[in-house]
Amino acid sequence: MKKEEVPQDKGLLDSAQTKELTYAVDENGEYTTELSSGWDPKTIALSNAIKGIEERVATAKKRVLNNETSPIEYYMELHKMDLPILSSYVGLWQWRVKRHFKPKVFQKLNQKTLQKYADVFEISIEELKHIS
Amino acid sequence: MQIEFTHKQSAHCENGVVSNLMRHNGFEVSEPMVFGIGSGLLFCYIPFLKVNHAPVVTYRAMPGFIFNRFAKRVGIKIKREKFSSPESAKSRLDENLAKNNPVGLQVGVYNLLYFPDEYRFHFNAHNLVVYGKENENYLISDPVMEQVTTLTEKQLEKVRFAKGAFAPKGHIYYPTAFPEKLELKSAIIKGIKQTCREMTAPFPIVGTNGIKTISKLIRKWPKKKGAKVANHYLGQIVRMQEEIGTGGGGFRYIYAAFLQEASQVLGNEKLKELSKEMTKIGDDWRDFALNASRIYKNRSPETDAYNKVADELEAIANSEAAFFKKLKKAI
Repeated sequence: MKKEEVPQDKGLLDSAQTKELTYAVDENGEYTTELSSGWDPKTIALSNAIKGIEERVATAKKRVLNNETSPIEYYMELHKMDLPILSSYVGLWQWRVKRHFKPKVFQKLNQKTLQKYADVFEISIEELKHIS
Repeated sequence: MQIEFTHKQSAHCENGVVSNLMRHNGFEVSEPMVFGIGSGLLFCYIPFLKVNHAPVVTYRAMPGFIFNRFAKRVGIKIKREKFSSPESAKSRLDENLAKNNPVGLQVGVYNLLYFPDEYRFHFNAHNLVVYGKENENYLISDPVMEQVTTLTEKQLEKVRFAKGAFAPKGHIYYPTAFPEKLELKSAIIKGIKQTCREMTAPFPIVGTNGIKTISKLIRKWPKKKGAKVANHYLGQIVRMQEEIGTGGGGFRYIYAAFLQEASQVLGNEKLKELSKEMTKIGDDWRDFALNASRIYKNRSPETDAYNKVADELEAIANSEAAFFKKLKKAI
């Protein structure tokens, strides 16, 4: 990549007021660095990934409202987590977390366990029980 | 309390932390040098593991390996520590800052608030330097950011004790002993040899063979998984290749920069030629990303389009296989 070819597309780093460093070749064929504000192919890839997560959150929300899953799954998706990550944050086995996705099991969870989840998601138990 | 510390932005966090810590201790070593000597370049497909619900490929060595290899090869000593309790992790950090010693930390990205939301994933192998403390705020030099920044005690504790794969557990590291002069020449040769060995390894998931495996998978995905999932997978490959930290082209440009610098240190003209060739391969990777992005941009492409990008990957695998054979001979 030549220095003048370093893409300066609109990226997602604007909000942090930073640019990323890339390596490119100058007019003498010597390597140098150049800042890039973004490159469309990867901005699209990232935006698609974000969209995918949003879809997962929306689906989880619908399933909670239909009583097909517990709010824990919804908050897990909202925090971009998956089962292994959530289980390591709450410090419970994966099969236990998965079991807590069942609305019936969730209803019977004690305060202590609910508090663990609420702490991980940084919300109150009330918010954990009733998603908005 | 603030330690006199020069923040220099780098492409990749680990190289950047090492390069900045070395400069602080009076040794000017560029980011590509750290990357090349530490045999950072790699391609590896990790089957059975999914991140963000897509298969994982990596274009670089495991977190921590680059610094370890670099240290061993140039003859410096590093101290690494992990902690079970946040309190002891914090007190060790404060001790070092009180001794005017800036330290490297491994952190999780998800709670790094100075990153844009879109970049905050549960990725635990990010690195930064803490170089002081002012009014309960830690002074942070994050190598991928243009400017230095700060984090509160609470915020820093959270990222140091992020959970999940590669959980940092408060991981702190810093160089402790230096030789009078860095052993660059032999270190460069060792670094290059290992990269050649790994990139031409006879396993289907590593190096150029790994690239071929991925190319085969891309052909299968649209039929096996449907367009939506195939696009998601393809997008993840491009992200790993081009996301912040790679310097572009899946670290290939940084490696080319390393070869150029190495050719001067070793007085080896062949490496300069090979640097140009690596730049060309980097360009091919960029083209692959561009064409892949055309697929996942319009959401219902023909199967033929997947075959085309798979062909491109296969061609890259072949040119890299030839490249690393030549590189091995050149040193």
